Amino acid sequence: MIEIFSSSIGKKLIMSITGLFLMLFLLVHLTVNMLLLVGDGEVFNRAASFMATNPAIKIIEPLLAIGFVFHIFYATIITLKNRRTRPVGYSTTSSNGLSTWSSKNMYILGGTILIFLVIHLANFFWKLKFGTVEPITYGNETMANTYALVSGLFISYWWYDVLYVIGAIFLGLHLSHGFWAAFQTLGWNGTKWLKRLETIAYVYAAIIGTGFSIIPLYFLLFK
Amino acid sequence: MKVKLRIWRQKNSQSKGKFEVYELNDVAPDMSFLEMLDSLNQRLVKEGKSPVAFDHDCREGICGSCGIYINGRPHGNDHRTTTCELRMRRFKDGETITVEPWRAAAFPVVKDLVVDRSAFDKIIQAGGYISVNAGAAQDANSIPVPKHNADVAFDTASCIGCGACVAACKNASAMLFVAAKITHLAQFPQGRVEAPERVKRMVAKMDELGFGSCTNTRACEAECPKGISISTIAKLNREYITAKLKD
Amino acid sequence: MTKLNAKIPEGPLADKWTNHKAKLRLVNPANRRKLDIIVVGTGLAGSSAASTLGELGYNVKVFCYQDSPRRAHSVAAQGGINAAKNYKNDNDSVYRLFYDMIKGGDFRAREANVYRAAEVSNLVIDHYTALGVPFARDYGGLIENRSFGGVQVSRTFYAKGQTGQQCLIGAYSALSRQIDKGTVTMYPRREMMDLVVIDGKARGIIVRNLITGEIERHSAHAVVLATGGYGTIYYLSTLALNSNGSAAWRAHKRGALFANPSFVQIHPTSIPVLNDHQCKLTLMSESLRNDGRVWVPKQKGDPRKPNEIPEDERDYYLERRYPAFGNLVPRDVASRAAKERCDAGYGVGPTGLSVYLDFRDAIQKKGRKYIEENYGNLFEMYEKITGESPYEVPMRIYPAGHYTMGGLWVDYNLMTTIPGLYAIGEANFSDHGANRLGASSLMQTSGDGYFILPYTIADYLADEIKTPKIPTSTPEFDSAEKEVKDRIQRLMSINGTETATSFHKRLGKIMWDYCGMVRNEEGLKKALGLLDELKVEFWNNLKIPDTAGELNQELEKASRVADFLELGKLMVYDALNRRESCGAHFREESQTETGEAKRDDENYSYVAAWEFAGDGNEPILHKEELKFEYVKLQERSYK
Repeated sequence: MIEIFSSSIGKKLIMSITGLFLMLFLLVHLTVNMLLLVGDGEVFNRAASFMATNPAIKIIEPLLAIGFVFHIFYATIITLKNRRTRPVGYSTTSSNGLSTWSSKNMYILGGTILIFLVIHLANFFWKLKFGTVEPITYGNETMANTYALVSGLFISYWWYDVLYVIGAIFLGLHLSHGFWAAFQTLGWNGTKWLKRLETIAYVYAAIIGTGFSIIPLYFLLFK
Repeated sequence: MKVKLRIWRQKNSQSKGKFEVYELNDVAPDMSFLEMLDSLNQRLVKEGKSPVAFDHDCREGICGSCGIYINGRPHGNDHRTTTCELRMRRFKDGETITVEPWRAAAFPVVKDLVVDRSAFDKIIQAGGYISVNAGAAQDANSIPVPKHNADVAFDTASCIGCGACVAACKNASAMLFVAAKITHLAQFPQGRVEAPERVKRMVAKMDELGFGSCTNTRACEAECPKGISISTIAKLNREYITAKLKD
Repeated sequence: MTKLNAKIPEGPLADKWTNHKAKLRLVNPANRRKLDIIVVGTGLAGSSAASTLGELGYNVKVFCYQDSPRRAHSVAAQGGINAAKNYKNDNDSVYRLFYDMIKGGDFRAREANVYRAAEVSNLVIDHYTALGVPFARDYGGLIENRSFGGVQVSRTFYAKGQTGQQCLIGAYSALSRQIDKGTVTMYPRREMMDLVVIDGKARGIIVRNLITGEIERHSAHAVVLATGGYGTIYYLSTLALNSNGSAAWRAHKRGALFANPSFVQIHPTSIPVLNDHQCKLTLMSESLRNDGRVWVPKQKGDPRKPNEIPEDERDYYLERRYPAFGNLVPRDVASRAAKERCDAGYGVGPTGLSVYLDFRDAIQKKGRKYIEENYGNLFEMYEKITGESPYEVPMRIYPAGHYTMGGLWVDYNLMTTIPGLYAIGEANFSDHGANRLGASSLMQTSGDGYFILPYTIADYLADEIKTPKIPTSTPEFDSAEKEVKDRIQRLMSINGTETATSFHKRLGKIMWDYCGMVRNEEGLKKALGLLDELKVEFWNNLKIPDTAGELNQELEKASRVADFLELGKLMVYDALNRRESCGAHFREESQTETGEAKRDDENYSYVAAWEFAGDGNEPILHKEELKFEYVKLQERSYK
């Protein structure tokens, strides 16, 4: 059973499962982040605090890290192997009208997203976890003022806004292929579902891509 | 019409190849791409030069022998067409046409545009069949097969093994080829019996022979002359995962 | 005339095969492994024979010139495969299938063989279905049948217009299974160059490895030729470009008699010639005539587009001449009728050498969806080639060389006149007489390979169990290999100016003009001279580039054309000898007042089997009289 993961399909299965897990995370992440656009930040700070202290999240957090590591590690293995399958390349290639750019450049998109992820973690996660973030008190509850951290960054440095928008677009492109491909690899696809899943993938990618773009733009333009 | 051909010439599997350029001035739009190459070869032979080797046989798009990478696409720029069915009316007068062999580690070049596709035969030998000896079958109508399944079986069994899917895939993956066979045989009750063994053996053989993995770019589906859908690849994944889970 | 013994079993027609099987000797399973069998060709005949012999436990070696066994030209058969299942309850039976074949073959086939082919047809369908061949089914999940090519019952099993491909994939999968098991060894990209006969028995073959150019020796206790027909002798034909008659011709030169070589079926529905560079004529399945109507304008050289010609100015000449069968008359009749109209000046298209096959009425009556379901891929194929959609304008069709009923003479056991050499499928002559009925070639070729040869070959091999492995170092192998090498050397060293293809084209034209759809004494005699001249020119002015020690497709072609030049002459001799019209063989001297074929049963009710008498000598005719005990000879009328 376990040797399934040594086969080509098995390795893709890992990509699919970790990918789906990460996509679920992204949806939760975006939902919480959208609270940044609500009011003066109290709602967001409360949500962030809940996420930081909830024991379930404590368990999921390392899983998420493992998910990322496996997703990246196996992507590298698969890409390296696939590179060896055509020692002599073609001199000319042209479009077939069906393959999307994203589908052919998932590793490059993924690599770019990884760079963005590192910056992103340094900006927020690292500071929240190990640095000092100003506390704020609502009534008798004191918590980290995550809102100030985020808004501070996005209001003061316009190039971070640009960077985050670019990151979100790349993520959207990655997901526009990754979403339906994950189901395809799992075997959940048929002639009818192929079309449906593709549509859902585009909707999902658009939500994630624009959702994460709106936040920096909101702070840049309206604050 | 006139065309300029940039053709990959390679003496044998050991030698290094290179492109050579040929010009043809009397190409009829009704000619097939291979008839155009035939006329080039006739000229080359008369000039005492070595003609361009390419695989071909039935010349009606069904045997799967021909397969040339034309202007950056397997079987050229026409929908659901093999190289032999491609007509010169699909090209512009004066166009430069780049002509290359299939490129894949699993399909080494034999000479010029001829490649060795025996890897496909090896995959079929690793289980791409229903095990029944001649004489052992029951009456053909004793097992009803829903029309839908029979139609799916037909569509997938119409794979001609030309290798365009591998040639088109950026990973030189043979997944569409394997998927078509798995899907074909899975449509029949008698084909289900050895389905788990079949899918495991065929995938293992495919991996062993140096084909890449599927990254769902759909290039195979776009170039398949028989229009086989990548939904068969999902079916293959499903069959494989289920078979492995039962181990 | 005593040399030929067809070994037709005694007893009533329906019991002959059963009785014969009971008497055939067997080979013990333990001994089978020690016996080597060579099978040349991997079409439906070769694949089926090889896989079945492998299943039985013999040690089988299979050869094909293609890169994979799956590419053999059986793959291109479109219409279907017949069987006497009577699934349609239209009173079909083994006898009726037998009778239709005998009559369709214009009473020039052996009763016993044809009956057996009909008898095993049902087993063939069962086997293909079990192998996963997706025959068309109805909504109840049961198999659908259609009526095909000149018969009045629906007995044709089909998979859209791709029946051959689907069946071959089935046969190929069974062959692959045996290769996997190790009972069969596959040798692709090998061309048979000669047969090795030792002490009068077929013991091996000499092949050329088409990749390296190496000449290889392979030995066996028996050799099976499943090498198909020689229709490419016409240059333009519906066959694959590399299909050839060389294996059969080599066997003939080693002593195997060649039967009825001039019986070549000209298929009525092929896409016509479009230009000078054309290398083949693509077949449009005969099944199209179920729904398409054949016509030409009533006015000579009518310049109007087909859709502009009103109904009453169209001549539906098949329906006019043959009211009972209409558009479904057998192939030879339909072909000659088309030629007659075109010769008379009513042909359509730029060359005037085509007739319309019109689907307008069928689309109106049955709907476009029905037409798509049944002929979709054929319409697509036609449009790709011609650039015209048959949904919009009528197809244009013209006859083209298609199937050779003639072939190596075999007895009831499918053995040629060389002991240990068998010929199956299209390579033999046995079951189709002077004309083959549609959808019966897949049936016969598969029947031979799955259910006949494996039984009859055992009877021969039963005597061979004590024969050790045949060594390839014998003088016979030495000399055969030397002859092959010398011949290749001769071809390579001519160093003239003309290509093999240009000789092939010229050969094709001679054969088409004088030994094609219509033949006469004067033309045939002229052809003999022309062929001699062409042969001399070929051996003096051929040009082959590169060397023999590598992949050399020009050498392959040249070697095949060299054989065709000799085989062509044999065809002409045969056509000259048969001064009657029968089936596909139409002698102008022998016709009725209305221009229909006139058979001469009194003088020509025999199989003409020809013996090779040395290069340059006239072949020797042997006659196998055909005895008809169960059918009454009658005029084949489709009026």
